[in-house]
Amino acid sequence: MRKVNQKGWFFVLPVLILVAFNALVPMMTVVNYSVQETFGDNVFFWQGLDWFQQILRSERFHAALGRQFLFTAMILAIEVPLGVIIALSMPRKGFWVPVCLVTMALPMLIPWNVVGAMWNIFTLPDIGLLGYLMNHTLGIDYNMTQDPVAAWITVIVMDVWHWTSLVVLLCYAGLVSIPDAYYQAAKIDGASNWSVFRYIQLPKMKQVLTIAVLLRFMDSFNIYTEPFVLTGGGPGNSTTLLSIDLVKIALGQFDLGPAAAMSLIYFAITLFVSWLFYTLMTRNDAK
Amino acid sequence: MALELQAITKRVGQVTHIKETTLVLEPGRFNVLLGETGSGKTSLIKAMAGLDRVASGRILMDGKDVTGMSPQKRNISLVHQFFVNYPHMTVFDNIASPLRVAGLAKSEIQGRVEAAADVLQLRPMLHRRPHELSGGQQQRTALARAIAKESTAVFLDEPLANLDYKLREELRDQLPDLFAGRGAVVVYATSEPAEALMLGGRTALMQDGRVTQFGPTAEIFRNPNTLTSAKVFSDPPINSAPVTKKGDRMELGHGVGWALTGAAAGLKDGAYTVAIRPNYISPVRTDRAHVPMTGTVQITELSGSESTAHFRMGAETWVSLAPGVHPYRVGEDREFFMDPAQCFYFAPDGAFVA
Amino acid sequence: MAKITLDKLRHSYMGNPKGPEDYALKEINLDWQDGGAYALLGPSGCGKSTLLNIISGLLQPSEGRILFDGEDVTGLPPDRRNIAQVFQFPVIYDTMTVYDNLAFPLRNRGVDEARVASRVAEIAAMLEVTEMLKTRASNLSPDNKQKISMGRGLVRDDVNVVMFDEPLTVIDPHLKWKLRSKLKELHQRVKVTMIYVTHDQTEALTFADQVVVMQDGEIVQIGTPVELFERPAHTFVGHFIGSPGMNVLPAELKGETAFFNGAAVTLEGGVAPGAGRHEIGIRPEFVTLAATGLPATVRKVSDLGRHSVVEAIAGDTRISAIVEGAVPGQGETVHLAFRPDQTRLYRDGWIASEKGRAA
Repeated sequence: MRKVNQKGWFFVLPVLILVAFNALVPMMTVVNYSVQETFGDNVFFWQGLDWFQQILRSERFHAALGRQFLFTAMILAIEVPLGVIIALSMPRKGFWVPVCLVTMALPMLIPWNVVGAMWNIFTLPDIGLLGYLMNHTLGIDYNMTQDPVAAWITVIVMDVWHWTSLVVLLCYAGLVSIPDAYYQAAKIDGASNWSVFRYIQLPKMKQVLTIAVLLRFMDSFNIYTEPFVLTGGGPGNSTTLLSIDLVKIALGQFDLGPAAAMSLIYFAITLFVSWLFYTLMTRNDAK
Repeated sequence: MALELQAITKRVGQVTHIKETTLVLEPGRFNVLLGETGSGKTSLIKAMAGLDRVASGRILMDGKDVTGMSPQKRNISLVHQFFVNYPHMTVFDNIASPLRVAGLAKSEIQGRVEAAADVLQLRPMLHRRPHELSGGQQQRTALARAIAKESTAVFLDEPLANLDYKLREELRDQLPDLFAGRGAVVVYATSEPAEALMLGGRTALMQDGRVTQFGPTAEIFRNPNTLTSAKVFSDPPINSAPVTKKGDRMELGHGVGWALTGAAAGLKDGAYTVAIRPNYISPVRTDRAHVPMTGTVQITELSGSESTAHFRMGAETWVSLAPGVHPYRVGEDREFFMDPAQCFYFAPDGAFVA
Repeated sequence: MAKITLDKLRHSYMGNPKGPEDYALKEINLDWQDGGAYALLGPSGCGKSTLLNIISGLLQPSEGRILFDGEDVTGLPPDRRNIAQVFQFPVIYDTMTVYDNLAFPLRNRGVDEARVASRVAEIAAMLEVTEMLKTRASNLSPDNKQKISMGRGLVRDDVNVVMFDEPLTVIDPHLKWKLRSKLKELHQRVKVTMIYVTHDQTEALTFADQVVVMQDGEIVQIGTPVELFERPAHTFVGHFIGSPGMNVLPAELKGETAFFNGAAVTLEGGVAPGAGRHEIGIRPEFVTLAATGLPATVRKVSDLGRHSVVEAIAGDTRISAIVEGAVPGQGETVHLAFRPDQTRLYRDGWIASEKGRAA
């Protein structure tokens, strides 16, 4: 019999331990809370699936989930095409390449809470650059602390500013890997710019685009820091996304049981949609 | 000082890449692995080098079992089809890198690198970096590294494939001399029959992960053991067609037949396959014994010194390759003459019979 | 289909070329007839790919003009030149089927679907890929991918020229041979002007009716394969074409007689008097082992199956001979005889002996 080398497990062990402590153990705690009720002092009462039923039936959860999907759909609809367009228009050779790359990477280097704070100050109607310009110079009534539409627009613009670069850089990496011969052949074959995009660039970008969409979906679906710092979920509940709502329930109201059940539902949704995206986008590769 | 493969096999998942192979490769002469892409040459080299694990069997180097040993411990060199050099190091440092890893004294390294550089005419380039070199010089650097390392086994995996035709010819001419007298087992993989012949030494023919024949290169070229071996070792491809033996004659059909002499005359009557290399079918008759065959010329190629004609006779296409210039017209019917003394005969299962 | 004229073409990749050494292409003048099969042959960096890209319009020449049927196309972009090109590595539109790949150049030009279908069917039959038409092109083997690339080049029947840029580089030798004959056959059938760029003499000589040999941005010789083989105009051509290449022996010229190592060598004919560096050129195919002749020591014998190459040393010059049948052993002394009508004299690299005219 051939001996299978088991040494590999040894090298994976540290990672397994790390994952166990920062993911599995906390998650089991959450599962623990989600099926029990506690009033402190480590006294627990069995609740079964009551919290799950309560969350799934709650209108507050439905509203937050709806806002979350709307937010994610909007930023994907903007960032993916915009990222592709910017990547296509970036130079592929010469002096401007590093300049463009560094400029593109800059927003991503800024910590998330700083981004939130920056945009908060930026949009203040009386002292923020954008807020002042809109209200006093252009005469547009813009106050995102009072107007839900303005708040939404600001949150989305902020996310686009912060994260489109990720899509750009990934697509750019896909584009530069296309050999010149493809473009030359297309020129000679008389292909239009659209055909070049559709039949050469898009197929070659597809793999990185899949990764980009997945990353952007997961990040935006779990987004917390930036909108929380920017709007605090307001005005009213208008920008209270799932994660913000979750924190409100868990730490604001200290309803640990429902919050735990909600986290698990939240996690299941994220996992399911990611799987769906991945399956749909790679479905054709096997053929 | 030999490299011995004892009944090795190699599998990746469910796919068998190398079927049971036993070979003894000796130093002093080139050991050529000849086969098409995908025939298992690179797989076999990787197994011999220890880069891939064998599923069964043993590999011995100088009689010592190295089957499970990592490549680092085997004292081997590998030169790849693509020019693999460290881009940030000078030619000197590239050649010296394995010696530094081995912890040799500075003076020893200096001496060995310079000696290898002299052999490969790299002396003036020792302080350049790989990107300042031509493809031929880059591959010379890789070869010099293998020579300076004084490995027990050197594996050359189609090292000339990415070089210009003339450069390839030049380097191929020098290669056997470079390794002569170094005591290393040299294994050279190629997909070109002509290259195997020019390198000489011994050749192992490979097809579908199996060594079909192994022996002195020119000898196995003239004495294929199976139809497969004959096909692997022919460029342009060998002509082959079904024939029937009746009495002392071999019949090809279309009214073409010939009297048998020698070993072929002793065969039992029945169906065989005849194979003959294109250079033994000529547009001119130089011997009364040559067998005329009439066909329609389909494709002609003229390389200056040789003329090639593809002609169709019944359902089969035959190829003739003759020295000199022969004016063929596409579409014409003309006679070609086949030398029956150069025919190989194979049994229906492909085994050589006469 | 068109006649192609290159008129005083020069190209430099530098913005401000000074001497001739700054030019990747030094003045090129050429006339290619309609329907011919041509090859550009030379080592890496000789300028052949530059020339090809200028003809296809991917590159603008620094100076000179390109004419198709007398019409100046120098300023036209590739898609307006009505040409097709096959690249070194197969270019395949991965997401399309083989059929759509072949149809692509036609559809881009608004050819109606019925015509597309018939052209694609015709080309697929010629290339023997009919049964693959419905498969996705990304799943093909490299040689089939290259066949499809060739097919895209040949599918339009109105092209001026089809160009091949080392198209067999990635193809296995046994398939190389098949694709080469396929291409030859296609040319014999469709009669469109084809230009084939390669560093491989065998590919160039077997494919082309006329071969252009290039070195350092210049054309060294234009000729049929037989002319290039038998009477190279320059020692470079003699060396580059043929395997092994032509033997080049240092010589001395006294009057009209050439001497190698002090012995007189009979040439093909007379030599115009003149000064310079003289060399004798004789192909290994025309060197025989004889009872008398130039004495030499055998250095190496390679048995190539069909024949052997005997490499001998006379003085300190290596001379190769192609020998059929019995060969001498290493270290033996042999006598080499040169076939007089194939023995040429070169002066400063260029041919100086004249065929037929007696010395």
